Amino acid sequence: MHELSITRHNELIDPTLHIWSWQIPVYLFIGGLIAGMMIISGYFLLKGRAREAKCTCFQLPILSIIILSLGMLALFLDLEHKFYFWRLYTTFQVTSPMSWGAWILLLVYPALILNLLLRVPVFILNRIPQLGKISEKMNAHPSTIKGIATLNITLGLMLGAYTGILLSTLTGRPLWNSSVLGFLFLASGLSSAAAFVHMIAKTAHERDILTKADNGFLTLELVIVAFFFIGLLTSSASHKAAADLLLTGPFAAVFWVFVIGIGMVIPLFIQSLAIKNKIKHTVVAPIMVLVGGILLRFVFVYAGQYSHWLIHAGLFK
Amino acid sequence: MAKFGMVIDTTKCVGCMDCVVACKTENNVPEGFNRAWIVEDVMGKYPDLHMEIRSERCNHCEEAPCVDVCPTGASHYSDIGEVVLIDHDECIGCKACIAACPYDARFIHPDGYADKCDFCFHRTSKGKNPACVDVCPTHSIHFGDLDDPDSEVSKLLKSRKYHVRIPEAGTKPKIFYLT
Repeated sequence: MHELSITRHNELIDPTLHIWSWQIPVYLFIGGLIAGMMIISGYFLLKGRAREAKCTCFQLPILSIIILSLGMLALFLDLEHKFYFWRLYTTFQVTSPMSWGAWILLLVYPALILNLLLRVPVFILNRIPQLGKISEKMNAHPSTIKGIATLNITLGLMLGAYTGILLSTLTGRPLWNSSVLGFLFLASGLSSAAAFVHMIAKTAHERDILTKADNGFLTLELVIVAFFFIGLLTSSASHKAAADLLLTGPFAAVFWVFVIGIGMVIPLFIQSLAIKNKIKHTVVAPIMVLVGGILLRFVFVYAGQYSHWLIHAGLFK
Repeated sequence: MAKFGMVIDTTKCVGCMDCVVACKTENNVPEGFNRAWIVEDVMGKYPDLHMEIRSERCNHCEEAPCVDVCPTGASHYSDIGEVVLIDHDECIGCKACIAACPYDARFIHPDGYADKCDFCFHRTSKGKNPACVDVCPTHSIHFGDLDDPDSEVSKLLKSRKYHVRIPEAGTKPKIFYLT
């Protein structure tokens, strides 16, 4: 028998860590979603679809700016020392993914605004007609469009990966000590973005491309999840115990049913039928993917905080 | 360059919590929070039991994950003694340091910034002992310069068996427990 008793009972730390509530998973989901949307929008632009009137790529920048701002608001709400947030921008800490993230986000906004200027939304154009001329000049040079597309894809990749790397560098929580988290969150962000864009796409052609892409991302996600567990299960006892939180422990039901089942496997199946024209494209599968994407962040953030190097921690605290 | 560390004799500690109380008084630690705490670690099966009592606090790790992940540099090593400190005016309260610490040594102060043991830096930077060391009735807590081979802590580590908390996390703690 091994029994530990402790006299400490700090708020949010004991009995089990719970410093991050809904704000962080919501932000991580939105960060991934926007990353995916930037990559998809950039891909469409690179494919020369800027000439098509109905290309969804023109709706994505304005939607990204609005949704990302909501995510930033969630992030701000999480801060405990809110009015010192500007301290993020008086320094750059190379070992801190959060510092990287702060600077990446600062670059993401201008990149989205440049993308937006390629086709200024009507409601903005009505107020600032001069933007139309800028837009015309930008569209006159294919290299400008290519440059904006490449910038959005690069920053999208960085934004999507950083949300996962952020967790994986937090030494104290064994569940997060996996370098594949960066790839997992990026793949999940791409999958969520493909599902989201599918829901707003105006042409059957686009819906078809996005469904195929989403199936690719979902398959990739399942492979990365497998790699994630192989990594933890072959590591220390603490890491194995952390993996068990998701595999068989208190988070197993929501993980298997919602994240893997409803979020990945079932939409993969539905979308495969749609690609083969056996059923019509509907919003059912994309909604499932989005629900799975947000719950993936919730499960990882909550279970990660629950995991501990001392595998008896859940018992003694 | 000095490297401050602590050596705690678990064979002398009786778990009286004088260190815990002294810490709260010395540092005005807010109600409901602790910078130092006592752990009772019992192993075996009755009647063959072994108990170790430990006075625990921030380990002031040489490779502190809380310093690495801090996005603003608020968590840093002091010039004197390589103590892990938090600059309150730089802390944004993101809590990454709390998640990064394997020892759960940190908490959010009611004023919004991350807080924890600072080895009573206001005392130790002037050559005094931390409050917990001076009040310990069994003299089980020792404080000093680990880089100085003639310091009391260095001598104890040379002559006695010891362990550190969760060495597998790779943080190189500077609090050593004599057994």
